[in-house]
Amino acid sequence: MSTATINPPVQSSVPSSGTTVANVARSEWTKLWSVRSTRWTLLATVLVSWAFTTLFAWGESANWSQVDPQEKATFDPTATSLGGLYFGQLAIAVLGALIITAEYSTGGIRTTLTAVPQRLKVLLAKGLTFAVVALVVGLITSFGAFFIGQAFFATVGVEAHLGDPGVTRALIGGGLYILGCGMLGFAVGTLLRHSAGSITTAIGLLFVLPILSNLLPGEWGKTIQRYFFSNAGGQITTIRQDPNQLTPWNGYLVFTIEWALILLAGAILLRRRDA
Amino acid sequence: MLEAHGLTKRYGDKVAVDDLSFTVQPGVVTGFLGPNGAGKSTTMRLILGLDRPDSGEALVNGRRFASARNPMQEVGALLDAKDVHGGRTAQAHLVALCQSNGISTSRVGEVLEMTGLREVAKKRIRGFSLGMSQRLGIAAAMLGDPRVLMFDEPVNGLDPEGIIWIRQFMQTLAARGRTVFVSSHLMSEMSITAEHLIVIGRGKLLADMSTADFIAENSTARTRVRSPQGEQLAEALAADGARVTTVDSYLEVDGRTTDQVGDIAAAKGLTVHELFTQRSSLEEAFMEMTRDSVEYHAGSADGAAGSDEQALVSARTER
Repeated sequence: MSTATINPPVQSSVPSSGTTVANVARSEWTKLWSVRSTRWTLLATVLVSWAFTTLFAWGESANWSQVDPQEKATFDPTATSLGGLYFGQLAIAVLGALIITAEYSTGGIRTTLTAVPQRLKVLLAKGLTFAVVALVVGLITSFGAFFIGQAFFATVGVEAHLGDPGVTRALIGGGLYILGCGMLGFAVGTLLRHSAGSITTAIGLLFVLPILSNLLPGEWGKTIQRYFFSNAGGQITTIRQDPNQLTPWNGYLVFTIEWALILLAGAILLRRRDA
Repeated sequence: MLEAHGLTKRYGDKVAVDDLSFTVQPGVVTGFLGPNGAGKSTTMRLILGLDRPDSGEALVNGRRFASARNPMQEVGALLDAKDVHGGRTAQAHLVALCQSNGISTSRVGEVLEMTGLREVAKKRIRGFSLGMSQRLGIAAAMLGDPRVLMFDEPVNGLDPEGIIWIRQFMQTLAARGRTVFVSSHLMSEMSITAEHLIVIGRGKLLADMSTADFIAENSTARTRVRSPQGEQLAEALAADGARVTTVDSYLEVDGRTTDQVGDIAAAKGLTVHELFTQRSSLEEAFMEMTRDSVEYHAGSADGAAGSDEQALVSARTER
């Protein structure tokens, strides 16, 4: 008999409830908060936004007497106070990219995918966890920027109030916009896997190319400008509609579809590529 | 249990793993041996589903690893000790791994204790020595008390104490019925650690047998004799039908035992000063087997940087 050579199949003595999305998200939460760069980039998102808002609102209110009447008539105190978010957005996009690219640059992805071999589950858990954090930070940034801005505008009597039509939507919109910028960084990072390349690309899409797109000539140039990432997404923070731009929710929808498509491409490659 | 069925992996034109089939059984330490670049790490990545095979499949406990619901109970793997985010503390790294599989985080303290890392638990991994990182990798692998353990070159960078620790650790796990699959490019290390060997070269299977059989089959014994009347003795041995070559001051006799050589010398009245059996070392046996499949041959002396082992082996051969 060969019983002596056959070992009974041993089982693990450590209970495990498995790689559920909730469990993986809990793990990603721990990973997110256990590296220093998270706190720094989130703090930068808030403070950079507020600093630029202060600069814009201070300048506008200090020069209010010299502003021409036409500009006064279309002045949007809410959107102007949220102008700082266009600078803070860069920090959240960097964090969004880093939470995935740092896995590749450190080699941690192999440890992660050995613990949880279901790759899309890892991506989903990571994305959800980050989205929650980005939204909360975005809302703090947005509401804070609003109050800072209005404090300056109140000195010349042109401030907006929370109860004014559209203000709540614009402020929640500011939070959603920051979330979208973070997710764009995350999507680009998933696709490119390389920190420097992803950060450069995300900043290019959110900040550099939208400015350049203003220079495009003709009707087609205007169309590209209108649909381009932050140009479209940023409409959610405005109250006085620019007729050349998309409406707030349509613009935000376009922005969301844009980053979601990049993320989809990244997800398909994540499944297929060697880790 | 681990199974590879016709595993093949190409990177561009280069075939890293070539139609590899083997089974790794529980209860013994199985050594995965091959020269650098033979495809050992690639095979391990294929088993874990980190890389996708071009053909064939790997099964872990009878299933593809990617479908495991409790992966950390199935496999604990240490591929590269530096595959961690250096900005995290050891504790946070292990806690996150526990959470991903829904394992109680009280397990973290146990594995830290087991690997002797309790005192550095709150330190960032960036500052760890290679030896500490290896221990952390082993701690992470042990969190789920898995049925299969895979270690890729675990003794690299360890001090002698660490090497002995890890060797005993693996043998204890095997004795507890675990499947232990450990790679190395050092035959000498494997001959002490592993009971079974899977040897590959250029991605191809070269041997799959017990370590004892491998040694018996691959190490050759030759009789060496030294005599002041070497020429006459060589003639006598040749007349008897033995193949004789001269090595340094010795005659090396193929196909005759020391007894036989001694008898022949006595019959001819020849003086013998030394008579013994020369066994080729395991490292030589391994070198012999993988000679045609070494990815990067050591060149001449000026091009031989980084091939210490080969230099060592040839030094031993010449001795």
